[in-house]
Amino acid sequence: MAKHVAREKYDRFLVMAGIAVLVIGALLYLCQTLPALSGIKSALSLRKIYDLPIFLMIIGLVLGLKGFISSKKHLGGEVVFSSKNFSAFLTNNAILLAMLVLVIVICILQPRFMQIRVALDILTQSSTRLIIALGICFTLLIAGTDLSAGRMVGLASVVSASMLQTATYANRFFPDLPQVEVWMPILAAIGACMIFGALNGFLVAKYDMHPFIATLAVQVMIYGACSLYFDMPPNNSQPIGGVRPDFAALGQMRIFQTGSFQGISILIPIAAVICVIIWFILNKTVFGKNVYAIGGNREAAVVAGINVFRCIMGIFILASCLYGIAGVLEAARTAGATNNYGNGYELDAIAACVVGGVSLNGGIGKVSGIVIGVLIFTVIQYGLQFINVSPMWQQVIKGIIIAVAVAIDLTKYRKK
Amino acid sequence: MSEFVLEMKNITKTFPGVKALDGVQLNVRPGTVHALMGENGAGKSTLMKCLFGIYKPDGGEILLDGKPVKINSAKEAMDNGIAMIHQELHPIRFRSVMENVWLGRFPGKMGVVDHKAMYDKTKELFEDLGLDVDPLALAGEQSAAILQMMEIARAVSINAKIIIMDEPTSSLSDREVEFLFKIINRLRSENRAIIYISHKMKEILQISDEVSIMRDGKYVGTWPAVSLTTEEIIKQMVGREMTNQFPVREDKPSDEVVLSVRHLSSPIKKSFQDVSFDLHKGEILGIGGLVGAQRTEFVEALFGLRGIESGEVEKDGKEYKARSPRDAKAHGFALLTEERRATGIFGILPILENTVIANQKHYAHLGILNESKRVAEASEGCKELNVKAPSLETLIQNLSGGNQQKVLIARWLLTNSDILILDEPTRGIDVGAKYEIYTIMLEQVKQGKSIIMISSEQPELMGMSDRIMVMCEGRVTGFLNKDEYSQENIMRLATMFASHNKAAAD
Repeated sequence: MAKHVAREKYDRFLVMAGIAVLVIGALLYLCQTLPALSGIKSALSLRKIYDLPIFLMIIGLVLGLKGFISSKKHLGGEVVFSSKNFSAFLTNNAILLAMLVLVIVICILQPRFMQIRVALDILTQSSTRLIIALGICFTLLIAGTDLSAGRMVGLASVVSASMLQTATYANRFFPDLPQVEVWMPILAAIGACMIFGALNGFLVAKYDMHPFIATLAVQVMIYGACSLYFDMPPNNSQPIGGVRPDFAALGQMRIFQTGSFQGISILIPIAAVICVIIWFILNKTVFGKNVYAIGGNREAAVVAGINVFRCIMGIFILASCLYGIAGVLEAARTAGATNNYGNGYELDAIAACVVGGVSLNGGIGKVSGIVIGVLIFTVIQYGLQFINVSPMWQQVIKGIIIAVAVAIDLTKYRKK
Repeated sequence: MSEFVLEMKNITKTFPGVKALDGVQLNVRPGTVHALMGENGAGKSTLMKCLFGIYKPDGGEILLDGKPVKINSAKEAMDNGIAMIHQELHPIRFRSVMENVWLGRFPGKMGVVDHKAMYDKTKELFEDLGLDVDPLALAGEQSAAILQMMEIARAVSINAKIIIMDEPTSSLSDREVEFLFKIINRLRSENRAIIYISHKMKEILQISDEVSIMRDGKYVGTWPAVSLTTEEIIKQMVGREMTNQFPVREDKPSDEVVLSVRHLSSPIKKSFQDVSFDLHKGEILGIGGLVGAQRTEFVEALFGLRGIESGEVEKDGKEYKARSPRDAKAHGFALLTEERRATGIFGILPILENTVIANQKHYAHLGILNESKRVAEASEGCKELNVKAPSLETLIQNLSGGNQQKVLIARWLLTNSDILILDEPTRGIDVGAKYEIYTIMLEQVKQGKSIIMISSEQPELMGMSDRIMVMCEGRVTGFLNKDEYSQENIMRLATMFASHNKAAAD
């Protein structure tokens, strides 16, 4: 049975529903906070729902805004509710819905999960992963891959941390190095990554090498080079510590810190800004369009006069720049570095991209999907830890999610 | 000012083992349509790829307006005012139509694409050409004909003085071809030169001013189109006289029904619906129709590649349900697919493997292959079909289209199928090889096999079929017997659109 609803009416309904949820949230919030209403609070044992009212208010706001913006666009037409559309909606958002169910289950099992602090923790943990995933997505979009991502993260963290230690620290990597401006070692670290990125790009573009092999070779090289650097006397492979506070602040600083609120990690806005930049590059620039074109049909791109060599070089250099940034942030966040930093990150990033709808056959993928992909993995990891699921089971569940998500995603493109 | 807008002199190009172009010349005047003809493998596409910067010629020179130029990439070709519509080029499926049109030269500043300008320019371009396509629609969702029109629009928008069209009508219906010719006439009146490659004689004689013919990588000559006839062109192309396009059919099909299809319908509403017919032993049943008539979809369903919603099929009086191609094969069906390169050949495998692949089980004992038996049957099969190749070890991708097709037919003949479904069996192959394939078909029906042949070339349909079934929008709109054959009758049935009829009824 299909039910037709005019778009206008549907939008109005969305706005109303949004406002309703917002009001409920606000009421609950008032009950929780106003001393005058503490009677209701204890009667309903509202303390147990933690920050749910705030989440409700945010959800209401988003719903309402969605309806409002849609109504302003005057799209017209109808929204059809039918079993076909419903199942299409389920397939298109299957993994997101599965995550939602998981979150609700966790919330019921462990209401403490419903806290703003938890949400911010999840976002913070997602930040560097997101930056790496955004880099790797470029290489996936041209039906390639990048196995060197994780080792580049390690390289950038070692290089930046090695030059940014406090003057009084006993085991300095460079005992005689003056206290340089923070940005200089950071640029050096990112630059080192970009050199290897250029090597990746050169091997792929010039010799038409499969990115799997090219980046595998470069990955091994990077690890070797990084270890050599790490092993230089007087350091001799000691973990790098004593990181300068102005550098560590890059990964540890919190903004909007007031009273009981512990603030938002600086990593979240950094990742958000990079996200916007990458979205802009992919959707609004010639370079971005060329990436999709090469991934979609390389031959067509060649005969359309696209400089494929330059584009592929650009892809790997840009990707390595993002890994470099992620590596620097990792070093700052943990206030240290070893040559084993970042090991295996590339596989997590590829998994997140794929779960977020990036096709390994190239040409398909959106930034919004990658954000969701990364968030899903963090939420699951964090959530399962929260309800004390063993790390071994977490691995099993993670693997199942990758397989199921991609299987569902592929049914969208399957021919009948 | 030179008399010619383009002069290609003494062009030579060698690929490993083959001299693809041997001192070829081509002179094109502005404001003319210059047809370039030759059998497949004659070097037409190679010559054009040299002009468009995709290949680098080993020798010779290219002059534009009398000035020598070096063209090293497609971009340089376009900068020099050359555009090309490529044969068998697939679009970037998951991007919009407009992005496909402006690929490589997006409007915008400083590397930032101006989407609004791109949309407006596409809209203007399409309106100017009379194309009704949404610029924002996904390219992958468009029909082959629309994609080809999109390619044409793209070439027009480059504003080139030389436009190369490599088989631009291969997936267009007659009506769309006429539409294309209108565009070509306009381009010609704007003093642009068009180099037109096609195998279709009728088109060539209708649209072109001059015809250049190539044979085996060499230049044969150039003639004004008005002085040529189809026979003359074929003679120059193959280097000998071709009296008959089709071999003579000596026997008649029997009355015995081997395949009976009743009310077969696809689960997809827009695909084939309610198809019924009988196929007799020793009969060639032609299926005619426009692109999009769902003929391929229908035969693929018969072969177990697509789903069937309802209807029955009887093979030799027994019920037959095709669940998979394996099933179909076991019941004696063979399918020669339309897209030879995509779904036919295994390009990087030798002829031997390509020939025996469908019959592998037959040569195995406990899963171990009997090599001598494989080689013996493959070489016999290839010899029978007159496959021209140095050895069975030659990679099939190095053969001409006609020889590849013969290997594929040999593959299915080895399986001893008694119903051969041939989907566009002679698409993109040259006149000589076509004749050979027709001969093979007649031999097969003589042996009591039955053939279902889809063809978009009406002369072929009429020349080879004992009966023609015409489809339109997935429905069977009629059958034609030999005495009713005419282009008009086929077209009338092929254009019986339900939507039109409905409009007329209202």
